[in-house]
Amino acid sequence: MGIVDRSEPMKATASQGRPIVRMRGVRKAFGPRVILEGLDLDVGAGEKVALIGPSGSGKTTILRLLIGLTEPDAGTIEIDGQYLWHSSRGGTLERADEAHARQVRRCVGMVFQQFNLFPHMTALQNVHEPMEQVLRLKRPEAKERARALLARVGLGEHVDKRPSQLSGGQQQRVAIARSLGLQPKLMLFDEVTSALDPELVGEVLGVLRELAHETDMTMLIVTHEIRFAADIADRVLVFDAGRVVEDGSPEIVLKDPSHPRTRQFLRAILER
Amino acid sequence: MAGESTFVYLPYLMGGVVTTLQITALAMLLALPVSFLLALGRMSSFAPARWGAGFVIELFRGTSAVVQLFWAFYVLPFFGVELSPLAAGVLVLGLNEGSYFSEVVRASLKSIVAGQREAAVALHLPRFYTFRRIVLPQALPIMVPPFGNAAVLMLKFTALTSLVTIQELSFRAGLLRSNLGVSSDIYGVVLAIYFALAVGMASLVWLAERAVNRWAGREVIPWRELTSRRASPAPKWAFRR
Amino acid sequence: MRGALWDWAYAWSVMPDLMRGFALTVQLTLISAALALSLGFVWSVVRLAGVPLLSPLAWFAAEFFRGTPFLIQLYVVFYVLPNYGIAFSPDATGVLVLGVYGAARSVELYRAGLESLPQGQWEACLALNLPLSYVWRRAVIPQVAPVVLPMLGNLVIVMFKDSAVLSTITVLELVSRARDAGLASFRFLEPLTLAGLLYWAVSYAAARGVRRLEARGGHR
Ligand SMILES: Nc1ncnc2c1ncn2[C@@H]1O[C@H](COP(=O)(O)OP(=O)(O)O)[C@@H](O)[C@H]1O
Ligand SMILES: [Mg+2]
Repeated sequence: MGIVDRSEPMKATASQGRPIVRMRGVRKAFGPRVILEGLDLDVGAGEKVALIGPSGSGKTTILRLLIGLTEPDAGTIEIDGQYLWHSSRGGTLERADEAHARQVRRCVGMVFQQFNLFPHMTALQNVHEPMEQVLRLKRPEAKERARALLARVGLGEHVDKRPSQLSGGQQQRVAIARSLGLQPKLMLFDEVTSALDPELVGEVLGVLRELAHETDMTMLIVTHEIRFAADIADRVLVFDAGRVVEDGSPEIVLKDPSHPRTRQFLRAILER
Repeated sequence: MAGESTFVYLPYLMGGVVTTLQITALAMLLALPVSFLLALGRMSSFAPARWGAGFVIELFRGTSAVVQLFWAFYVLPFFGVELSPLAAGVLVLGLNEGSYFSEVVRASLKSIVAGQREAAVALHLPRFYTFRRIVLPQALPIMVPPFGNAAVLMLKFTALTSLVTIQELSFRAGLLRSNLGVSSDIYGVVLAIYFALAVGMASLVWLAERAVNRWAGREVIPWRELTSRRASPAPKWAFRR
Repeated sequence: MRGALWDWAYAWSVMPDLMRGFALTVQLTLISAALALSLGFVWSVVRLAGVPLLSPLAWFAAEFFRGTPFLIQLYVVFYVLPNYGIAFSPDATGVLVLGVYGAARSVELYRAGLESLPQGQWEACLALNLPLSYVWRRAVIPQVAPVVLPMLGNLVIVMFKDSAVLSTITVLELVSRARDAGLASFRFLEPLTLAGLLYWAVSYAAARGVRRLEARGGHR
């Protein structure tokens, strides 16, 4: 992996308020390739955290772990005070089953790089059907709320279109509305603008910016848009080779990084 | 070519065509649910279901259809299972095709890309809803063309049921030849009838595909593309010398 | 009915006959397969080369053989052609028809294989002005062969199982032997089950081989 700082990795655990995410000693490997090792990460309720780092460093893996798409090999993950894959009985941790994890991760939402909208459903159906299924809302109410959400992301006129009839930016906004519909406490955004044509990036970042400023939802945002991150994040984590190498306010991390490698990385993405 | 007698017996032969089409339809009607059951069995997380489905699939795909037909016709009665030839024929053809088609069903269900399943998990959608509303509507249109092909194959396949005395097209031709002294040229006529039936059925399948694609909101195959199957996938210059 | 369902002594007594039939089945399949693969290759080239008249003809002939029952094709060659002075022995009829039928089916496989090659590959070759022989040898065949070879392998397995239909034109292969043994003693269970097992054993082993071929092709 080239020149990697051999000093102790920084512990990204100092954060204000009640933590909504608490990862301790998390390890994840795919076959012989260790992606994450001994990762500790806290995110406080309501924090807007930007997660940046070179491609392949394990950012997506962290988000997938948080929403339970993958299980850690070791370590614990707590979401809003509950263990995701464990239950604690009288002080000792026991492995819990899939059903337990399903219930704990209910309050987490995720938006994917490739949108992953359901192509055979209209924008409205994409949003209101999950609300019926998960929140057990009656159809008329779910539809009404879904319309309001779509209007809020600027798609009021496109509710009856299928994903294939929408631009990439519009699709990604539907995907954001779809996740918001389930009223998550923690939202994970995985490079939500990376698959978009440059002229469509702005409209999606606009929605994120509005969410960041106007809600108290916790947001964990993986992005390569440094200026955007500096603008909306309370805290920036720089991630490299499976560990957190920088953690702090955007001003400090982005303007005056402590590691030469971070400087290099920031320069590389700013020059794009 | 085929003598005058062929035409005298044409109505009799046409009765056989009706039976041929009946067996085709019944066997496909059986093959459809069988293929779904076997595919879901193979994909199940319950090991005995996987083994059971795997056994049935091996049984019908690993051995010859002729053996299966004879087995149903000659051996099942020995176990006290008395099936009419028609029932035995439909059962064997349906299970046989169902075993092959289960592979298509499985591949179609699996082809719903990981992203779709992951989105369903990330949205905390219930498993049955995910199958019914996300996976199935996307997988079904993928299965329609191969199902149509399988139906055309089944049409040819039914000729084998003449071996177990079902009075379909081939059997009646054989009967005319051996018992009524009609010239064996009649098999030429039968061959032409099968080809005409296959062409007709392939056209129907194509129409059905169009309808399903319309319904699923997918792009409708233009007539051009159907005929382009006749064209070479390699450019002209690739064979120039 | 003395003895349980399965009579080992009887099963044992029909084995030699079955094995003789099995040997013939394997033999006929191998000869037909050789015919199918060689004829099929030439047929495919003609079909795909875009020659006026000849290519559409090759296309239609392949569709005709693929669109009609193998059983009836056998009957036509076995019963009809002799009326016009063309007669073959049962075994020769079987090999010929099975081989041509297999060849016709292989035409579709070559087409599908070639179709799996992205058009961009052809365009790149053209843009680079590569010589035609190089294009086929180094660009097309290495990419298409891993797709086509497993399909051809599966075709041979299908032909092996289809060869059972030759029993209808008095070829003494595995199924006729099994049926004749059954008819002679009015016990079909043992011979037909053993015949089924023999088919299964060979096609299972062959299918595993094809799957290995497929896996290797996938990694390339
Ligand atoms: N399911 C998987 N199987 C094998 N390797 C994987 C899998 N998912 C991710 N990886 C590997 O883990 C590493 C980190 O991936 P990822 O978390 O997607 O990085 P990032 O999002 O930072 O680009 C990559 O090298 C990737 O190849
Ligand atoms: Mg990623």
